[in-house]
Formats: sequence, structure tokens, C-alpha cells
Amino acid sequence: METLALLAGGFATALTPQNLLFAFAGCFLGTAVGVLPGIGPALTVALLLPITFKVPATAAFILFAGVYYGAMYGGSTTSILLNTPGESATIITALEGFQMAKRGRAGPALATAAIGSFVAGTIATAALTFFAPVVVELALKLGPAEYFSLMVIAFVAVSAVLGSSAVRGLAMLFLGLVLGIVGVDLQTGQPRFTFGLIELLDGIEVTIVAVGLFAVAETLHLAARHRYGEDELLPLSGSIWLTREDFARSWKAWLRGALIGFPFGAIPAGGAELPTFFSYYVERKLSRRPEEFGRGAIEGVAGPEAANNASAAGVLMPMLTLGLPTSVTAAIMLSAFQSYGIQPGPLLFQNQADLVWSMIASLYIGNAMLLVLNLPLIGLWVRVLRIPRPQLYGGILVFATIGAYGVANSVIDLAVMYAVGVFGMLMKRYDFPVAPVVIGMILGPLAEQSFRQAMTISQGDPTTFLTRPISASFLAIAAALILAPPLLRAMAASRRRA
Amino acid sequence: MRARPRRDELAFALLLVALALLSLWQTLAIPVSPIYARVGPTAFPWIASVGLLVFSVVLLWQALRGGFPGVDRQKAADWRSLGWVGAGLAANAVLITTLGFVFAAIALFACTARGFGSQRPLRDALIGALVGLAAFLGFARLLGVNIGAGVLEGLL
Repeated sequence: METLALLAGGFATALTPQNLLFAFAGCFLGTAVGVLPGIGPALTVALLLPITFKVPATAAFILFAGVYYGAMYGGSTTSILLNTPGESATIITALEGFQMAKRGRAGPALATAAIGSFVAGTIATAALTFFAPVVVELALKLGPAEYFSLMVIAFVAVSAVLGSSAVRGLAMLFLGLVLGIVGVDLQTGQPRFTFGLIELLDGIEVTIVAVGLFAVAETLHLAARHRYGEDELLPLSGSIWLTREDFARSWKAWLRGALIGFPFGAIPAGGAELPTFFSYYVERKLSRRPEEFGRGAIEGVAGPEAANNASAAGVLMPMLTLGLPTSVTAAIMLSAFQSYGIQPGPLLFQNQADLVWSMIASLYIGNAMLLVLNLPLIGLWVRVLRIPRPQLYGGILVFATIGAYGVANSVIDLAVMYAVGVFGMLMKRYDFPVAPVVIGMILGPLAEQSFRQAMTISQGDPTTFLTRPISASFLAIAAALILAPPLLRAMAASRRRA
Repeated sequence: MRARPRRDELAFALLLVALALLSLWQTLAIPVSPIYARVGPTAFPWIASVGLLVFSVVLLWQALRGGFPGVDRQKAADWRSLGWVGAGLAANAVLITTLGFVFAAIALFACTARGFGSQRPLRDALIGALVGLAAFLGFARLLGVNIGAGVLEGLL
């Protein structure tokens, strides 16, 4: 009951004209960057970080939340019409959706994706509303040792479990941790990893790294492969509405997708890929027409798209209740909290109740806005998709320049962004994941803080992480996440040999 | 098994090893006061640096053994296209401190578009000017980002 009262208060704040405008701007921008290949919500939120100096925290987070949700909607449009999934979570949508579009059923594919996103997004936001306070209660009981071990799970999950290679993921995670160390140590005031440069005392700016890794790296990567051809954009023809049969086949998939997606996002293992694959698998198993899968089955779009959105809402749970970001966009939102001097975590719900509940309320509002933006206005986004690539990438680099140069009007920052961009291009070339670098860099300093607090409490005894039962079980989960996949592979291999 | 090492992957792995060594060197350079001897400012940097070193050495080993697992041999890069984008980025850095952001944006936009196959440099320059101006006004006025003063920006 108390939750409902708090949520009502949140709606009161979120429904003021100014905040509605921020929510709409966020949703609009989010859909646009979701539709455009090469840029995504993480880059957009990073570019918008300067807004934290201009507007109150509530308005900024309503804007960021709109961008975050909007990009999920926009991303599905690109996968369906262009077959280039903007992010790994929409690979599955591309699989079936593009096949539907090829058979002239782009409209229903887009509709089931948008309505499914709305249904799942709303269910997941409701789950967030009612579970978050429970998690907060539990989280308040955790000490620094438990927090550190929980962060270890998040680190392992984003680097070793998701992505194609645990070695490449972990290498990038440690690189991110190293980047996070640069600057003055907050506890002792000693400069670390600064090479004696004054410019590095404040640490490396998140915006510069994010813009370099996303905008510059992506552009250079595509330029390097330019002569190997372009994608084909399928036309949007016929009705965009679902037939009675489409609807009958979709609605259960939406609900199942939401149920699969939210828990995956909410546990600090994060990632929207796994639930979409899982949902696809479930839908194919349950379908009465499994033969249609791979040739444009509508359930194969409806389920994974719902799972994708539900897990996006789920990611906000560890982010808001524990201060643990498990996606790149959430990590950059965390650095926005820091720029307001707010530390996300269980105390956020006590100290900043109005901010949290307005943000959650704006998620419900944003979902409704996005449904309108993405169904009747779909033609607009198809036109956005038609922006020719030469001009699109020219524009992306111009905006990237603002992101880096705007920090301090320093050409050195620009050079750092270029260097990060070249490095990121090589990462893409050799299939190194980007998320561990960004999450390691932003979450690393917080992990170090918990680590040192725990060690101080235990008077320098490192076994504290293993002797405290909750902390030990978190570490055991982390170890299992690293060790299980290779062990299972080895077992399967030996069985095949036998 | 692929036995021949791929030179480009080897070079990338070596770059990572070099970064790890750099980070170890900087860890050793952190002065440690005796008060914090146990959980001082160096504990975490040690973990991060050694972790990076361990995994980059594994990557180096993989590269020597025939390549990173699951990564296909890369096609040759399109140097012409990359060259144009690189030239745009360089011009951007030079012009932004002299003529200002909008002129830098024109050069960057036109060169990048050229790199991606556009054949109409004048039209691209014009679009670049519009994008640059819009971005400048949007970020400078709405978000309060200071993008420096240039020839054109001073007039606005």
C-alpha cells in the first residue's frame, strides 16, 4: 500500500508539463537513436551528460529513462526492416522479423514488436515497482564485503558469461578497471596512474571513453569495411495492423517474454541477450507451427521482443536498489547520478524517494508514449532509416566531437577520444566486447571502495570475503559462472568421444 | 589446428600486454604510506594490473597458436575509406582551435561523407555547416556546453 502511495507521488511529479516534455523528448530521441545504426542509448546518454549541470536530477533521469526505453523500441524497427541488429539483444528479432518483412509482412512484425514491447515493458515496470522495495530491505542488510562480492558477480556476468569469449571479456574488464583507477585516490589523496599529468588527476572522463568506443570506433570500423557492401532496406508495405490470427499467436508470446525477460535483467547478471534467445527457444517449442520458424514466424518476433524490453526494465532494478549497473547505458546513468552527488543503492529509496518514484512513474508514461510514437508514426522512423550512410556517419562524428571537446575545450581530450576510437575499432575487428570496459571503468572505483571498507573492518584479513556466508555464496556463484561453461563443454566433448 | 600466427592479432595482443606492463609500472610508482600498508591505494591497482597482464598473455598465446578462438581472419581494411575519415578527424582537431567548431564540423563532415562514398563534396560541406550550426546551438544554448569560440560562433 505504501508503495502505491509513493508511486502516486511519483506520478504527480512526472505528470507536470515540464517533466512530460522531458519524457517525450527522451522517448523521441531514444527511438531515433535506436533506429539509426551505429548509435545507441549509451552513446546518447553519454552525450547528454552535460544536462546534469543544467536541470534538476528528476528531469534529467526522466529524460535518460525515455532514451533508454525508446532505444529498445527503435532497435526492433531496424532489425526488422534492415536485418542489421543495432545491438546483440535484437539479433533474434532480426532473425524472424526480417523474414516476415521479406514476405511483405513488415507491418505486422513491427506492430507485434511495438505492442509486445509495451505490454512487457509495462508488466516489467510494475514488477520493478513492487519488487524494488523488497530488494531494498534486503540490500540494507548487506555490508561492504557482501557488496564487493555482489559486484564480482556483476563483473563476471558482463565479461565472462555474455559475449563470445570469456578470455577476451575478462581482458577488457581488467582494462576497464585500470582506466577507472586513473586519478586521485579518494581515500589517501594520492595520484594514481596519472603519469604526472595534471589533466589526469580528475580521472578519465566517462563521456570521452564512451563516445570514443561507440561513435568513433563504429565509424572507423565501418569505414575499414566500406568496400564490402551495404545493407538492403526493405519497404514497409501493406497494413501495419495485426490480423486476428496474428494477435492470437502473439499475446501469449508477449506474456511469456515478459516473464522470461524481467528476472534475467533483474539479477545482477544482466544482459538482454540470454532472455531473447531463451524466449525464442520456448516459442519454437510451444508453437503449433514450428516449421514456420526461420521463415518468419510472428511468435519469434513477439516473444523475444517482449523479453528484450522486460529485461531492460529489469536492469533498472539492481541499478536503482543496489547501485549495480549491468548494462552500458545503466553504467553511464550511474555516472550521471554521481555527477549529482547521489549514490544509487538502497539508501536512494530513502534519501531520494521523490526522484526514484518519479523516474519509475515516468517509465509507465514513457511506455505509453512509445507505443504511440512507434505505431501510428512508424513512417517517420522509416524515413529516419533512409538517411544515407555518408551523411549519417559525418553527423555522428560531429556530435562525438562536441561530446569530447565540450568537456574542457581541450584538443588533448579530442586526441584521447580518437585514440580510444582506434582501439575500439580494433576491438570490434577482433570481436572484443565493449560493455566490460565501460562497466569496469564506472563500477571499478565503487568495487574498490567496498573492498577497502571490508578490509578495514576485518583489519586487513582478506578471508573476510569467504568467512561471511552471504559474501561467500556470492563469490561461489561468480566462480560457477566462470567455470560452468567450459566444464559443460568439456563434459559434452568427452561424452561424444566415449 | 591453425598453426601459423596471424600478425595483426599478434600485434593487438602485444598492445594489450604493453598496456598491462604500463599499468604495473604505474602501480609500482604509487607511493605507499606506512599507515595504509595493508589495504592502501595499491591493493586494487595490483589486482587490476595483474589481471590485465594474465589475460593479455593468454591472448598472446592464443594469437601465437593460430589466432583468437572464434575470430575469422579479417579482410584487408579499406584504407582509402579509412584515410578520408582519418583526414577529417585530423582537420577537425586542427580547425577547432583556430577557425572554431563550425568550420571544423564542415571539414569533418565532408571528409567522412567522402570516405563513405559520397561524390558531392560541396553539398556535403553545406549539410555539414547546417549540422554543425544546429549542434552548436543545441548544445551551447540548451545544454550549456562550452564548445569554444570561433569565427562564426562569436557572431551568434
